Amino acid sequence: MTAVAPSLPPGEPSLEFRLARRADRYGLWGLIGAGVLLVAIGAGWVTGPLATLALVLVLGIILALIGVAIIGGPEARRILAPYGLLKPGTLWLALFYLAPLWTLLRISLSSKESRFSIDYQFTWEVSNYVVAFTEFGPQFARAFLYAGTATLLTIAIGYPLAYVIAFRGGKYRNILIGLVVVPFFTSYLIRTIAWSFILADSGIVVSTFDRLHLVGVLEMLQIMDNGRLLNTPAAVIGGLTYNFLPFMVLPIYVSLEKIDVRLVDAAKDLYSTTAATFRKVVLPLSLPGVFAGTLLTFIPAAGDFVNAQFLGSPLTTMIGNSIQDQFLVQNNQPLASAMSFVLMFIIIVLVVIYSRFFGTQDLA
Amino acid sequence: MSEPASTQGTVGRWTLNIYAALGLLYLFTPILFIVLFSFNQPRGNFNVVWQQFTLDNWKAPFADAALTNALWVSLKIAALSTLISTLLGSLIAIALCRYRFKGAETVRFFLVLPLTTPEIVLGSSLATLFLGQDLIDFGFTTIVIAHIMFQVSFVALIVRARLRGFDWTLEQAAHDLGAPPFLTFWKVTFPLILPGILAAALLVFALSIDDFIITLFNSGSTVTFPLQINGAFRVRFPPQINVLATTILLVSVVLLLAGTLLGNRRRRSLEGR
Repeated sequence: MTAVAPSLPPGEPSLEFRLARRADRYGLWGLIGAGVLLVAIGAGWVTGPLATLALVLVLGIILALIGVAIIGGPEARRILAPYGLLKPGTLWLALFYLAPLWTLLRISLSSKESRFSIDYQFTWEVSNYVVAFTEFGPQFARAFLYAGTATLLTIAIGYPLAYVIAFRGGKYRNILIGLVVVPFFTSYLIRTIAWSFILADSGIVVSTFDRLHLVGVLEMLQIMDNGRLLNTPAAVIGGLTYNFLPFMVLPIYVSLEKIDVRLVDAAKDLYSTTAATFRKVVLPLSLPGVFAGTLLTFIPAAGDFVNAQFLGSPLTTMIGNSIQDQFLVQNNQPLASAMSFVLMFIIIVLVVIYSRFFGTQDLA
Repeated sequence: MSEPASTQGTVGRWTLNIYAALGLLYLFTPILFIVLFSFNQPRGNFNVVWQQFTLDNWKAPFADAALTNALWVSLKIAALSTLISTLLGSLIAIALCRYRFKGAETVRFFLVLPLTTPEIVLGSSLATLFLGQDLIDFGFTTIVIAHIMFQVSFVALIVRARLRGFDWTLEQAAHDLGAPPFLTFWKVTFPLILPGILAAALLVFALSIDDFIITLFNSGSTVTFPLQINGAFRVRFPPQINVLATTILLVSVVLLLAGTLLGNRRRRSLEGR
């Protein structure tokens, strides 16, 4: 299956052989070239007739590669095949994932004449970033604080759950892990709204706490506020924890399930105590799952605004709420774009630092 | 698999089991609420306080016209985007598993990127791309484009994971027996990788129907099911929402079970020949 270049026959090599020998280079650079051209079109580096020319070039590259595949014979076809298979999907991502990141950056440095105008002027408007930091600091802080707390809670709830299913589930393991996923086939929004009804002032949770005289204690712990559960930070964090719990349970379960039982037996044979076996054998082997689960939980939770919108109050808004509000309601896309960019940048920095400490190669 | 901690005391054992059971209960709390309140006869515009049991909502699941329309739009978007993204993603997965080639590492890394970008960044950045052009208006098309964008990576990674143990020498065998490449793919490879592709398609279909954040930024005046619910929350929350949500849940569970059973039988028949 390795792409070995065909060995040269004696004498002058034919066109077929020369094409086949270079097919991997043609394939790779064709893919990169077409991708860069599409990003250029999407990002607006080329406009008008130049954009048309770029599009023609993309088609030209694809036709040229098909030509190489036809003339180059079976060897060239085999080498070019993966690049051909990759092209539709990766080019889609180039145009609709990479190019938008550029337009986002560009708009974040632009200004508008008024909030009602449609046109932007690219003016190196760094003030958008200044405003993002100075006026939306609390929202950024809350986003990362809430997402971080929710991630820790999903580990605290999710790890034991995954552990019990993986090691004690027996023949019901698949059903149990299926049960973890099932709730997530109802709409995200409806689930969150259902929580807002459950936690409402007249709802069952608050009245139970009231009857048990727990309200005072919970207020002291800052979980409840003025006898209310809804519209508190605790409700928002609870919602985030709930909505991202399966993203923690599933990867931990997968890594626990992979553990070779013989390792555990060996530890037992060597008179390891239960706690020590867990600490020295099971836990280290399950860390890749915890690592993946942390990323899958923390990243979407930090950008979420649904939970804060339905379960929170104006005092618990996260940066996602501000971006959404500025972009779609206040019509201030430059500021919203700047905040989006800062959010992404902080997340990337945190992920890189986190990977340095706990990183594994198992993620992708 | 045996329990690593079999010498552990019974008390500790049961504490952990009960803790895990509570975790599952936590996952099901809002679901039970939604299903239960689909049988409620609400007074007023909101279906929050339990009044009395009724089957009326289930007899008229489509009574709320706006909601039904929105669900229909969502189903159309999900069908179209799933079809395209499953094709694009599966091709990437086949390329990554079947061949070794220069740049494969980079492609793998590139595929994970959209999954590690917060939805709000994906949604707002794509909206800035569409703002800067006048070829397509915000609406159905932009939503489909957006959904395909986040679905492709999911499909590629899931199908790739399912293809890991695939025996590519089967293709070689078919080739040696004189089958042309297309026939080999159609008769040998495709039937074997189909369960993985279907599983991926099912998941991204569900993701598309459920997507709110990315859709909100790219919807224009088109209203999908989640967008309709978002709007309804402030004005009126009809019990039909509970009915349709419960139906979607049941259909998904049945599809999931059918898929698992089918996959198991297929695997067994392959292993037992």
